[in-house]
Amino acid sequence: MGEVKTIVGGSSGESFFTTKFESLLAWARKYSLFQYPFATACCGMEFFAVASPRYDIARFGAEAPRFSPRQSDVLWVVGTISQRQGPALKRIYEQMAEPKWVVSFGTCASCGGFYDNYTTIPGVDKIIPVDVYIPGCPPRPEAVLDGLMLLMEKIQKGNREPVTVLPKVVPELAQLRGKRALPIAGGGSKEGA
Amino acid sequence: MSAKVLKKLQSVLGDAILETSSFRGDEEVRVALKDWVRVAQVLRDDPELAMNHWVDLTAVDWPEREMEGQPRFDVLFSVRSYEKKHRIRVKALVKDGEDVPTLTTVWAGANWAEREVFDMFGIRFAGHRDLRRILMYDEFVGYPLRKDYPIDRVQPLVEYRDADDTLKLPPFGIEEGQPFARVDWEERLAGRDEQVSPSIAVQTGQRRALSDSEIAEAQFAKKPEESAAE
Repeated sequence: MGEVKTIVGGSSGESFFTTKFESLLAWARKYSLFQYPFATACCGMEFFAVASPRYDIARFGAEAPRFSPRQSDVLWVVGTISQRQGPALKRIYEQMAEPKWVVSFGTCASCGGFYDNYTTIPGVDKIIPVDVYIPGCPPRPEAVLDGLMLLMEKIQKGNREPVTVLPKVVPELAQLRGKRALPIAGGGSKEGA
Repeated sequence: MSAKVLKKLQSVLGDAILETSSFRGDEEVRVALKDWVRVAQVLRDDPELAMNHWVDLTAVDWPEREMEGQPRFDVLFSVRSYEKKHRIRVKALVKDGEDVPTLTTVWAGANWAEREVFDMFGIRFAGHRDLRRILMYDEFVGYPLRKDYPIDRVQPLVEYRDADDTLKLPPFGIEEGQPFARVDWEERLAGRDEQVSPSIAVQTGQRRALSDSEIAEAQFAKKPEESAAE
């Protein structure tokens, strides 16, 4: 319930808690994100993967894609945005009701990717403000969920600074890689032995 | 396999065929622009040729040829026959500003291909009923696949925002989303001895690409000697 100030009462009988209204509102917002998927390119496939049961974006309350900007809170810009699409994207952003957030999904949406030419907008932040950048070509579904969790954190804090999903180092996995690397190195040194 | 198409064309059209070439089953004829539609009609209607599969039409820009007084563009189309299973490519040399007769009267499929060539190269097709841009927007000035179109010229339809948050955070570098042409390669490569692309290596006087391994090795071997001589 956002930032819970006090809890009065127990598990039986009447009880209540106090919180701040903004905190409660932000809590409600971050768990009921309606998304507008502006999927234009190959990243769209990865978006479908995130939305499908294996990764299940519905766990985060971001269940319902809405294909009307009027009914959606998060604009997912998924894929390369050409100069010709720029006006359409900007218009969709302007049609969304406040409060609204923008997630830039993949390298092309974030910075144009390798499309360095006359056709492509070098990052959608050149035309609309972006809240979360998810790098990757395409990003793994885990990175996308990381991005969604970053966005939820931002909504809870009321923070509009743009953030980027950073690469994660999992210590257990790094250890495993080290262990696997050792026998290969040992196998290579057999010639010397 | 399609060599008999060349023979047949030469026997039917005679001196309209200016040049032929045949490379590993890739047959090509060059014709004058005035014979462009006539050749197409023969290809489609002759029972031995029976080219009923429109494949593509495209163009090639040779700006250096224009300096020699030659026509600047190659315009070429490929057609194929479903029944005879042979194919041919027909080419014509086109000057800048010269109209090419449309092939939409012969193969309806030429419609969008001609629009694309017009969009990308600015070659006009006389008789085309709907010659307007197909990929780029109407506000676009110039023809992007001409070699003299500047490599870093963009023509945004929406004005770019000028906000602080367009400067990217890590892991995006400061030049992410900026055209590569704006990167100062000389500054970035100063004092480095790293593998770079052949074109940059030539520009900056560095050694050649790794694929030319012998040259690279020779230069590696030379370096200690040079330093020793100094």
